[in-house]
Amino acid sequence: MNRYLQRRLANVVMTCLCAAAVVLALIPLVSLFWLVLSKGAAGLSWSLFTSLPSPVGESGGGVGNGIIGSLFLVGLACVFGLPIGIGTGLFLAERGNGRVGDVVRFITEVLSGVPSIVVGIVAYGLVVVPMHHFSALAGSVALALLMVPTLARATEEMVRLVPSSLREAALALGVPQWKTSLRVILRTALGGIVTAVLLAVSRAAGETAPLLFTSLNNQYWNFRPDQPTSSLTVQIFNYAISPYEDWHQKAWASALVLLLFVSILNLASRFLSRSRLRGA
Amino acid sequence: MQQPQPQPQILTRNLNAFFRSTRALKDVNVQALPRSVLAVIGPSGCGKSTFLRCLNRMHELIPGASASGQVLIDGQDVYSSDVDPVMIRRRVGMVFQRPNPFPTMSIFDNVAAGLKLNGIRNGHAEQVEKSLRQSALWDEVKDRLNAAATSLSGGQQQRLCIARALAVEPEVVLMDEPASALDPIATARIEELIRELRERYTIVIVTHNMQQAARVSDWTAFFYMGELVECAPTERIFTNPAEQRTEDYVTGKFG
Repeated sequence: MNRYLQRRLANVVMTCLCAAAVVLALIPLVSLFWLVLSKGAAGLSWSLFTSLPSPVGESGGGVGNGIIGSLFLVGLACVFGLPIGIGTGLFLAERGNGRVGDVVRFITEVLSGVPSIVVGIVAYGLVVVPMHHFSALAGSVALALLMVPTLARATEEMVRLVPSSLREAALALGVPQWKTSLRVILRTALGGIVTAVLLAVSRAAGETAPLLFTSLNNQYWNFRPDQPTSSLTVQIFNYAISPYEDWHQKAWASALVLLLFVSILNLASRFLSRSRLRGA
Repeated sequence: MQQPQPQPQILTRNLNAFFRSTRALKDVNVQALPRSVLAVIGPSGCGKSTFLRCLNRMHELIPGASASGQVLIDGQDVYSSDVDPVMIRRRVGMVFQRPNPFPTMSIFDNVAAGLKLNGIRNGHAEQVEKSLRQSALWDEVKDRLNAAATSLSGGQQQRLCIARALAVEPEVVLMDEPASALDPIATARIEELIRELRERYTIVIVTHNMQQAARVSDWTAFFYMGELVECAPTERIFTNPAEQRTEDYVTGKFG
């Protein structure tokens, strides 16, 4: 009986410790949300989403061009990053058991560990220097470079989860291997890949460092890939380091918009992966 | 009076199969007549599944696997260097041990998959209905063709997989223990179906269930340790086999 009590006591103590660890882990997250929400909510207004930034001292103005610019940059990054990332992952899963696969896997691992500011420098060298000016294109190349390794790894994992019996079923119907990979295997793994894409997009949308010297910033609306472009993150950076109270307020409000955008993407990916698991 | 011997639909000559350097099949010579059922029996690991997968060149898809010798389907050697294995697999359909419908596709799309993926645009609806009728599934699914294939029961899924194989109009259907993952009632339906399909197709079925072989097949081949021990009319295999090893196996002395 004494042993039994001991075990129960140990059980209670350990459960409490685990709960305490959860609370500790949640404190930064909750306080971050609370801080951004309480400071940013006051700055939310319709014009924040629709207007261009206004000069110091002038009331009103917004970060509409930053919001559109961020979407533009991320969208352009997807154009480069998704085919390369997903294609690499598919290759690794389907043909990646030899030496080439090991080398490619090693490279994606190294690439995923490269700090984002370094990726920005690479994009600067690759795009900005030859073009002689900053551009949305350069920014999106930097973001795409950041997306590729995570996408490749996630795609590989998802494709490897597809049972080999489905591949055999397709091949036995006389479907060529490449078509089996694209139309059966990739399609079956699509739910998981979409989740990975949403996570990669939300990561890319929150990047500031690689954009500072690639897409730079822009006071006006821009929809041209060869021109400097405003982005929400760089806009927040500029507002936050300024000495003006009015701009600080706008930085908080913009941060709130970015946080909500990223949270929605994360929630969507959670929802998708959960409904996928239920379907399987 | 002796009937003239019809040309065999399937004929293997000195068929050998390897996994790297391990020889899984040793000089196998088997034949199957058109519109007949050939059962392949033998203990686990005797090479019966490998034999089946050599017939439509699925064997070589396993890393390190290879085959030598000849497999003649309608007189054409499927291992000839000018033959595309993809084309062989369109003529020789396959049904697997576990039902493997495509989970992202509807019932209709599963049956039409072979047509769609092979670039055939028209006539899906007729072909799907025909195949589902042939696999005795039509009446059960005709009102919910757009439902997910995974919503069907295991036995229905297996008949769906048979319909999927039939939709590309093969000449030969290979079945690798098609009922071993099913309950007795579903098994009985599959066996009934095999006897019906025999009217149109040449069927090779691997089974570890000897009663099943006796019930559905015309000819039976007994494999042991990668060798073909005996291939004879099913009745003879089970009542009066020529080889002692066959008799020992079918009477349950080993295996």
